[in-house]
Amino acid sequence: MLLEVQDLSVEFDTRDGVVRAVDGVGLALAAGETLAVLGESGSGKSVTAQAVMGILDSPPGRITGGRVLFQGRDLLTLSAEERRRIRGERMAMIFQDALSALNPVLTVGFQLAEMFRVHRGMSRRESAARAVGLMDRVGIPAAARRAGDYPHQFSGGMRQRVMIAMALALEPELIIADEPTTALDVTVQAQVMDLLAELRREYRMGLILITHDLGVVADVADRIAVMYAGRIVEQAPVRELYRRPAHQYTRGLLESVPRLDRKGRELAAIRGLPPSPSRVPSGCAFHPRCPVAREMCRADPVPPLYQVRMAAEPAADAAGRTSACHFWKETVGG
Amino acid sequence: MVEPWGRNEPILQVRNLVKHFPLTRGALIRRQVGAVRAVDGVSFDLRAGETLGIVGESGCGKSTVARLLVSLERPTAGEIRYRGEDVATLSARALRAVRRNIQMVFQDPYTSLNPRMTVGDIVGEPFEIHPEVAPKGDRRRRVRDLLDVVGLNPEYLNRYPHQFSGGQRQRIGIARGLALNPEIIVADEPVSALDVSVQAQVINLMRRLQQEFGLSYVFIAHDLSVVRHISDRVAVMYLGKIVEIGSDREIYEHPTHPYTQALLSAVPTPDPGASRRDERIILVGDVPSPADPPSGCRFRTRCWKAGERCAESAPPLAVPLAFAAATDSARHESACHYAAEG
Repeated sequence: MLLEVQDLSVEFDTRDGVVRAVDGVGLALAAGETLAVLGESGSGKSVTAQAVMGILDSPPGRITGGRVLFQGRDLLTLSAEERRRIRGERMAMIFQDALSALNPVLTVGFQLAEMFRVHRGMSRRESAARAVGLMDRVGIPAAARRAGDYPHQFSGGMRQRVMIAMALALEPELIIADEPTTALDVTVQAQVMDLLAELRREYRMGLILITHDLGVVADVADRIAVMYAGRIVEQAPVRELYRRPAHQYTRGLLESVPRLDRKGRELAAIRGLPPSPSRVPSGCAFHPRCPVAREMCRADPVPPLYQVRMAAEPAADAAGRTSACHFWKETVGG
Repeated sequence: MVEPWGRNEPILQVRNLVKHFPLTRGALIRRQVGAVRAVDGVSFDLRAGETLGIVGESGCGKSTVARLLVSLERPTAGEIRYRGEDVATLSARALRAVRRNIQMVFQDPYTSLNPRMTVGDIVGEPFEIHPEVAPKGDRRRRVRDLLDVVGLNPEYLNRYPHQFSGGQRQRIGIARGLALNPEIIVADEPVSALDVSVQAQVINLMRRLQQEFGLSYVFIAHDLSVVRHISDRVAVMYLGKIVEIGSDREIYEHPTHPYTQALLSAVPTPDPGASRRDERIILVGDVPSPADPPSGCRFRTRCWKAGERCAESAPPLAVPLAFAAATDSARHESACHYAAEG
């Protein structure tokens, strides 16, 4: 396994007391694999990514439990200096908002070249040439000229390409992309997703895609983990998850999206609202919004992650499908 | 009093609508060095009780069209006719009545509500400006009714916007838009700031209200799936112009403009099996600046079909000759010289 997150918990100190934003999250990613972490706002998906990357704002946030194994080594036990070296070189992150992630007073070429100078000890001239080559590789036209431009001089799509180039520079084994195309227009979104998928194949990187968009990940992810109220509620290979979701929340999400290829009269909306992280319901956190919730769903403890096994789908067995729904059997079947 | 108006007569007619924002240079002596052509000759009709969807990417001018329709901006040229009368030529008094009948719902429920006003005051504020709609003693009851209609607890009257979630705030914005019993609601990206599970609730609410009150909607969004779901007719905008317009079937099942085709093919489907990867059209490059649009057809710089003709003359928005006699969904207006070719 390239990355294994075990039982990760993150808490925040807020005015309303301690809030548990991530609660016992487990994830695994093999080399070269793409895992999508899907969730709505407040589900804990971005905090999970920040904790894995080691860029969690602390205080107010702090990791209260769990392990983050990167090629077998627990990152949480490393010193700040050791983590800094791994970050960038072995694992890199792509953010949603490239404009605030890039330094506005340095040219794009300088920022890219800096990676090679600091981490690889290259000369000024050599690193500048590498920067231009990289910009060319991610499809920025007239790369040599544009290397002298500042981030604000690029369009949203081009800026996201610069971010990708930056993440790619040192050829890391793992890239975490947090909503990489959310701020982009549809046609540009398609360009950037394609580029990301292509580069992942070429460099054989592991990719974790953090997103709220069910459509964007359907084509590119191998597996999907669905988060709700700080926990993973379902994990499955992409095809199985979309065809036969094993958790009522996943099912509700899929049914509530308007689709281009199906014009229905009424959308099957999930009732109610996602819970605030400071007031997570007892038992299964989804129970107040769930159409099939029963007595046992309302009571603690939180449902465990059940192994989802289906006779009709032996491949899914091997892939370790899980669901935190007491009634996953009827959910999958019905 | 509202005079009777034919069912098939368009309630709103927009003709050659233009909005240019001047670009100036110099601090002491300001001179105009150009103009951002945000909206550059847009025409369409809105019929009573229908939903017209307007789709396009950022910078295409769709939000400026919305602001022009509700008189938040003055057009540089062109006409907006409400029930046959040009809004620009109306007396101040008549204009007030028109503005009462065309209301707007904004995109961002976090910034479009005054944080220092209670929900009751926000929803009731339109009555201050148009007191003829509800007499003073009756307003509180009206506001309660409105909150109830949009699915909020009427007891929340005295709460402030920050005490609500995004979806609830958008309901407050809709309640406010409904306060004056308008005929037309212009909604600019009303659900794009919301989570998926909440987005569906707001879309369903808007449909229900339309049926209940016979509202006409201009529904502006960048999400093509949402627009298809709610619209009877759809207009596709690119760089300040409508490039294609027709019924939802015509646009989604038989798009004839290359931009519409590319836009539709780029929409991700939440179904790995239904992937249309091979048919996907990936456009090259970025949208040109609206301050300096390409000559002729504005889409030609990103179009794979573009020829010499496209640089020379701008194709008019019209039913392609080859499809004039067609009976299927090919017969609709499209602004492409090659609309008739596959």
